[in-house]
Amino acid sequence: MANSQGAPHVDMLRSPLGRARGLGSARAGAAHWWAQRLTAVALVPLTLWFIWTVIRLKGADQAGVVAWLASPVALVMMLALIVATFHHLQLGLQVVIEDYVKGHGTKLTAILAIKAACFLLALACIVSVLKLGGA
Amino acid sequence: MRDVRDALMVARNTDGKLVHRPLSPHLQVHRWPISMALSILHRASGCALGVGTLLMTWWLVAAARSPASFETAQWFMGSIVGKLLLFGWSVALIYHLCSGVRHLWMDSGRGFEKAEYDHSAKLVIIATIVLTVGAWIVGLTAG
Repeated sequence: MANSQGAPHVDMLRSPLGRARGLGSARAGAAHWWAQRLTAVALVPLTLWFIWTVIRLKGADQAGVVAWLASPVALVMMLALIVATFHHLQLGLQVVIEDYVKGHGTKLTAILAIKAACFLLALACIVSVLKLGGA
Repeated sequence: MRDVRDALMVARNTDGKLVHRPLSPHLQVHRWPISMALSILHRASGCALGVGTLLMTWWLVAAARSPASFETAQWFMGSIVGKLLLFGWSVALIYHLCSGVRHLWMDSGRGFEKAEYDHSAKLVIIATIVLTVGAWIVGLTAG
């Protein structure tokens, strides 16, 4: 640009297209970071609600849980909590593994194991809650 | 030298011997500011909460399976070991929640001045203690 001649500037090797895409060297951009924050924000009210719920259900029998999940509001909140919790958990544990586990193979295996475990636990929770809510 | 960047990390000690400069983070020579302790505790509590989800999953699956298996789960949660686990879970959860809110606040680009940084760190500790104790007082006296 002719009018910016002599102005302070930074030379970058990244192409204008690369900058516009904003995906960075890992090619995923800020998606991981953003998902972590998004679930974190969702989990603030959900967690407070869950603590309150756990206290309310102290010493309840199974019929008490069924009665609690008979409310569509409780069911929806519980499903949202499960999805946000396990998504947030696998994102967080992935970063911990990436930071502390040495060796590419071990690292990849650990990350895959964590993702599989979180996915299966989340499914187990969702199925249980739906079964209870539909009972 | 495996990497050209190592050139900057090599120096001579007082005997004239070539040594590697210490790399950061160089934990053992620093005192632990409160914010540093909070930072690693955020990770530790996050990992602990990962274990805590096993407890929640067991509780929900047991309820979905049968009244008898839910009774077993409830009996365990009410036992001394169960109560200790629940207490640990509640501390980790409330701490991670408070510390997480502090992180979200700092993600907005605020609170990085040293005084604010230390102040919010202390606030997280106080909020964790107050909320955890409050939750247990309500939990143990209610019902």
